[in-house]
Amino acid sequence: MNALILSAAWGIILMFCSILVKNKKSFGYIAAFGLLTILIGNIADTYGMQITHYNIYPMLSLDRFGLLFNTIAILSTLIFVLLSTIEIRKTGKYQPEFYTLIFFVLCGITILTSYQNLLMLFLGIEILSIPLYILTGSDKKNLKSNEASLKYFLMGAFSTGIMLMGIALIYGGTGTFNLQPSTHSVVGTYHGISFLEITGLIILMCAMAFKASVAPFHFWAPDVYDGAPTPVTSFMATIVKAAAFIAFFKLCEVRVADTSAAINWKMIFSIMIVATLFIGNITAIFQQSVKRMLAYSSIAQAGFMMYAIFSLNDVAKEGLLYYALAYSLATIGLFATMSKMKDYTFEGYNGLAKKQPTLAATNAIFLLSLSGIPLTAGFFAKYYMLASVIKTGSNTWLVIVGVCFAAIAIYYYFRLIQSMYFKTGNPETLDEEITPFFKNSLIAVAVLIILLGAFPQLLLNWFYF
Amino acid sequence: MIALLLILIPFLTGLAAFFMREGKMARNWSLFSSLLTLLCIILLITNSVSASNASFDIAWLPFLGSRFTLAMTGMVKMLVLLNAIIYFIVFLATFKRAFIQPGRYFGLMLLMQAGMMGVFLAADGLVFYFFWELALVPAYFLCSQWGNEKRIQATFKFFVYTFIGSLLMLIGMIIMHGKTPDHSYALQSFMHANLSLTEENFLFWLFFIAFAIKMPLFPFHTWQPFAYEQSDTSITIVLSSVMVKMGLFAVLRWILPIFPHAAVSNSHLIIILGVISLLYASVIAVRQNDLKRLIAYSSIAHIGLMCAAIFSGTVPGMQGVMVQMFNHGIIVAGLWITAEVIETQYGTRKISELGGLAQKAPVLATLLMIMALGNIALPLTSAFVGEFLMFSGIFQYSIIIGAVALISIILSAIYTLNMVQNIFYGNTLPATQDATDINRNAKYAMIILTVLILFLGFYPQPLLQLVNDSVQGILSGLNFVLK
Repeated sequence: MNALILSAAWGIILMFCSILVKNKKSFGYIAAFGLLTILIGNIADTYGMQITHYNIYPMLSLDRFGLLFNTIAILSTLIFVLLSTIEIRKTGKYQPEFYTLIFFVLCGITILTSYQNLLMLFLGIEILSIPLYILTGSDKKNLKSNEASLKYFLMGAFSTGIMLMGIALIYGGTGTFNLQPSTHSVVGTYHGISFLEITGLIILMCAMAFKASVAPFHFWAPDVYDGAPTPVTSFMATIVKAAAFIAFFKLCEVRVADTSAAINWKMIFSIMIVATLFIGNITAIFQQSVKRMLAYSSIAQAGFMMYAIFSLNDVAKEGLLYYALAYSLATIGLFATMSKMKDYTFEGYNGLAKKQPTLAATNAIFLLSLSGIPLTAGFFAKYYMLASVIKTGSNTWLVIVGVCFAAIAIYYYFRLIQSMYFKTGNPETLDEEITPFFKNSLIAVAVLIILLGAFPQLLLNWFYF
Repeated sequence: MIALLLILIPFLTGLAAFFMREGKMARNWSLFSSLLTLLCIILLITNSVSASNASFDIAWLPFLGSRFTLAMTGMVKMLVLLNAIIYFIVFLATFKRAFIQPGRYFGLMLLMQAGMMGVFLAADGLVFYFFWELALVPAYFLCSQWGNEKRIQATFKFFVYTFIGSLLMLIGMIIMHGKTPDHSYALQSFMHANLSLTEENFLFWLFFIAFAIKMPLFPFHTWQPFAYEQSDTSITIVLSSVMVKMGLFAVLRWILPIFPHAAVSNSHLIIILGVISLLYASVIAVRQNDLKRLIAYSSIAHIGLMCAAIFSGTVPGMQGVMVQMFNHGIIVAGLWITAEVIETQYGTRKISELGGLAQKAPVLATLLMIMALGNIALPLTSAFVGEFLMFSGIFQYSIIIGAVALISIILSAIYTLNMVQNIFYGNTLPATQDATDINRNAKYAMIILTVLILFLGFYPQPLLQLVNDSVQGILSGLNFVLK
């Protein structure tokens, strides 16, 4: 509850703070401070300290899982803001509004991690999406950014419509918006579930898959990620996507088990997984631009996160949190570095290790983490996903498929390492923007990744206490 | 504690080496580090420190059931010793060489050593997996930065091959974790896992493919000659002397005791694959003109023989493998050092472009001759003991397979002696017109290797004694199944 209130409040504060604050550089610090308070507020919430005690039960329920994810999301956003202040300053003259929108997105995320009612799910998705449509187009003079924004808006609005229809159908079948319906219709049923509910659920899942950019609903992702300003892409591809997954997971955790008699969820999900892994990985191989490669890689990583939704057990629950953090940290770092490059192609990175050893070394760690090499957080992320499926007792084939794609992913991640370290060239970087603060933040992120890779209990103890 | 030191010394000194800008300092530092490691393991083998030092155990990932456990057996001690010796030899032999970016080179080399130490010592599945990959990553960076033109592709192929293998092993590990009675990753618990025959067979292959890629065994070997040829020789020495032993070692420690039934039922197939590898690689080696490729194929052949001997499940076979793992490491290191000397001094590795070196470089010729004889496994060289035992093991298993495998001895004599003859005798060719002899450091390194080869050829008993407990342990598990 704290995070929800605070993030909404900070959003409004930043909206009006340009009246008082004239120094353009200070908005970033204000936003960072705001995020810090939200982070502290959320951690306090985890320990039972709340600003207000208001009975929100039938709508939202704050459990450890949601709260821990909030912490992860806010922490990642903080890191994201710290790494991209300069970048955000450049993306247009409406700097405070940019931060405002980010706070509103966080507001949506906190609803998504705790919803107990389908209307809240809808509300969360909308609060999350509408600021993103604007953010995508925040580089107003850039045609690509406008195109991406419009594309995202049209597709997103369509998927929201479909989601609403799904919710309406479920309401028709069960007579309630509650996530866990207590009554079931008795007429027109299949294996005890009403046809309306079955149709509604499937439609709702499709809309969720759209938000999480899972194939076959991923088509918007590469273009939008490519067209949006780099900091927005970084935010969308990591924190927002992870939040969509948490919402997806919460929905499936409750509804899959009691409808599995009527719907073969395992089959649906396994098709989605294989398709996502296939499309994400294979297409990423052929990209020449690092930004597009990362866009496809984020689809591929979504395929791995789908494993948690496929298996829906304790391991999956822990793993999804861990994956969200590991993936977000590494990807935010990569995007932040990329925004300091003039040329976004692989060739543009040639010889970076010589010119900017710190950037190259930290990026190498991020890439190793994304490929799942031990001693980085990415390893345990992948480990948990594989272990969750193995724990279901069957479906080993799915794990082997995943492993093969993980090996394919090596190709495009290591291609960047090869460019940075083994090829010679003169990369053009925005030297004046690579401040010592930026470098130190990158090093801190890299150290965090390694620490999490060596001692995953640092994060997971929070979950268990 | 010593077990932990064996990993920590190279790891920490390696990290420190990254920050050294001066080549001189970095190489002195690494030589010192490798000496220190060598000292540790010698202290342990000669029982100068108490036996409790040989293992180490500390909680690591309690909720996954994984502890940071290191444990020693005779075989482990031998391989750790090999690792320490080879690193010392490599640093000694290349002491005078100026590397580009020396800090990074020595740092990665030492990290790789730490990774391999961990692989040999680990007695916990997840720790083993960690080190298995940690040895691979520095190898990737090393081979991609120092070597010939096509090194990036070659190394990439090497990396992807082994990475797929190790991920399959990871799946195996996770499944095993679920099957153990106490849900842990400990080697001991793996041995008590409750497995049906089909499960055991499936898991066996998940593990075995990972290890077979590393060895490399016949259908999975294609990465190896390319990678050895393209990477810098000093790195190739480590790869072929120590790193490939990881595959054989892992079979002995992580497959035979855990999946004895599957190992016995698949032994026929694997022995045949081993013999195919042996003959196929030998035949290719006969036709090679490139010195490094020749040694690479000869190495595949030897590994094939060792793999076959492991699965023969006989006492001599097993003893032979253990001894040969050590001996092969030493002999092949000697061969690579010669290749390195020849390449840096004469600028070519083509056997056809070299000739008449014996007059110009008598010391080099003598030393290489001893290595070559070791490669053929002539009596009085250490390899003879190993190969003799392995062949007798395979003969015990099946006379026909043994007879076929024996052809390789002839083939190995052909390609090795052919190489020696073409390089050292005959007319001097343009490339060797103004040749000079081997440099001092490489000479010392080679002399140490020669002494080891001859000593163990005369008196292999200490080595056999060292690994005796491992041989007995592994075989008692297998015999239990056979009965």
